[in-house]
Amino acid sequence: MSKQYPKPKLVPVPSTNIIPERDVDKSPILECRHLGIDFGGLSAVSDFNMAIGRTEIAGLIGPNGAGKTTVFNLLTKVYQPTRGTILLDGKDTHSMTTAQVNRAGIARTFQNIRLFSKLSVEDNVKIGLHNQATYPMWSGIFRLPSYWHKEKVAHEMALELLSIFDMQDLADHQAGSLPYGAQRRLEIVRALATGPSLLLLDEPAAGMNPSETAELMDNIVKIRDTFQIAIMLIEHDMNLVMGICEGICVLNFGKIIAKGTPAEIQANPAVIEAYLGKKKEA
Amino acid sequence: MSFLNNVITGISLGSIYAIIALGYTMVYGIAKMLNFAHGDVIMVGAYVCFFATGSFGLHPVAGVLLAMVVCTILGTVIEGLAYKPLRQAPSLAVLITAIGVSWFLQNSAQLLWGAAPKVFTPVVSGGLSIFGGQLNISYVTILTVVSCLVIMVLLSAFIGKGKMGKAMRACSEDKGAAQLMGINVNSTISMTFAIGSALAAIAGVLMCSAYPTLMPTTGSLPGIKAFTAAVFGGIGSVPGAFVGGLLLGIIEIFAKAYISTDLSDAIVFLALIIVLLVKPSGLLGKYVPEKV
Repeated sequence: MSKQYPKPKLVPVPSTNIIPERDVDKSPILECRHLGIDFGGLSAVSDFNMAIGRTEIAGLIGPNGAGKTTVFNLLTKVYQPTRGTILLDGKDTHSMTTAQVNRAGIARTFQNIRLFSKLSVEDNVKIGLHNQATYPMWSGIFRLPSYWHKEKVAHEMALELLSIFDMQDLADHQAGSLPYGAQRRLEIVRALATGPSLLLLDEPAAGMNPSETAELMDNIVKIRDTFQIAIMLIEHDMNLVMGICEGICVLNFGKIIAKGTPAEIQANPAVIEAYLGKKKEA
Repeated sequence: MSFLNNVITGISLGSIYAIIALGYTMVYGIAKMLNFAHGDVIMVGAYVCFFATGSFGLHPVAGVLLAMVVCTILGTVIEGLAYKPLRQAPSLAVLITAIGVSWFLQNSAQLLWGAAPKVFTPVVSGGLSIFGGQLNISYVTILTVVSCLVIMVLLSAFIGKGKMGKAMRACSEDKGAAQLMGINVNSTISMTFAIGSALAAIAGVLMCSAYPTLMPTTGSLPGIKAFTAAVFGGIGSVPGAFVGGLLLGIIEIFAKAYISTDLSDAIVFLALIIVLLVKPSGLLGKYVPEKV
């Protein structure tokens, strides 16, 4: 463990949700109510209720196949939920497409890296910045002044974002040629470039060694502090989850089995049972 | 001198193939589908220009522009009605739909305009005669080569830089991830079809100016050959379509001139087979290993 982060007090908000005390006077950035999806006859996620504070770092954990990534896919509308509502900043995302949800403020990374690997590092970030660039397409072909200006701004923004992870020197490299850890970091930068108010990280520390993980933890907190956004992460590395998450939600077989602060989760018998199996009755 | 004449004719024919091949390669690169109706869009473009200039007496430039507008709309409508509902379907279903659209266009053209060949009036006439009349270059040839170069430069600039071009390259690599970056994949694909179809209209007019017989099946063989050119150069690659188109045109004209007119098509495809045996991804294509 590199360093300890202050643990906030979690307070209940309407329904069964909890968010950090400092965010409570503002409405939550994300609220899921009775969210669920069926694949054929199988209920992959059901009755998922969760709220995330505006500057909260929230964790979503659970054994393999518990439905964690499915929740991310529901939030980003890769899947259309069968039941329930998702409120992003108070707005129902029911009729939005994936691209519209992104523009409304949810960005994500992937469990298995999905960079645009043939493009340069800078272009990957610029695709994230896509939403902000608004010059007409003709000015791009004929390189009109407005194009140069916007491209210059985009270039500077891209380098600034890359500098979060000290990657500005890699801007001209092909994304697919980067080492694994750098690709994971680039995915986070690309997601940040879309200007999210909620960043979803799907196993950001997968495949990282302990020192890389410690650095990543610092960076996740730094991103939250700099951009003042909410971050929700799926992670199997318990040091990371317990170290930086303020509220944790535990999923098993598509249902929430526990919610609370890291300390509460660690002491929760249902969680211990889900991860380690049931204690044999004597 | 006849050698030089053949080179020029080859480059001219190759430029037409290259413009058509761009449409195939862009659509393949982004939507990962083979739009076999592309050749018939060329035919529609040529008919539109034929009637605009012949029956309505429009200026040839206006005729070309009108053909581009009609083909752009046609391409977008075809994509929206026939291919968009199949976005999640297996690629074989899309391929067969494309063949269906191709037949539909050919038969509609026959119904509307008849099967009898029409004589297309070239958009420009006359030509240059140099070396005391030994070498003749028609203005259509010059126009074709210049158009092809201009289109290549503009298209490369469009795809290489700028927001829409980046969106296209992103969609070409990973549509899911592109969507999650806020890119509207459907409108990007529509845009690709629109550009490809506008280019098809230009190709149709240029082709019929050089080879002035126009009938409902005019587009199908050049379409297939341009598809070959796209594969030859490496499908999905824009410079590949250009190189493939030019080479194919030159090979075809040389085969006609020096070997046999009847065998020229066979020789073209033989060249394709040899290239694919040596470099399965085409001349400029990149080999992408299948992910497991």
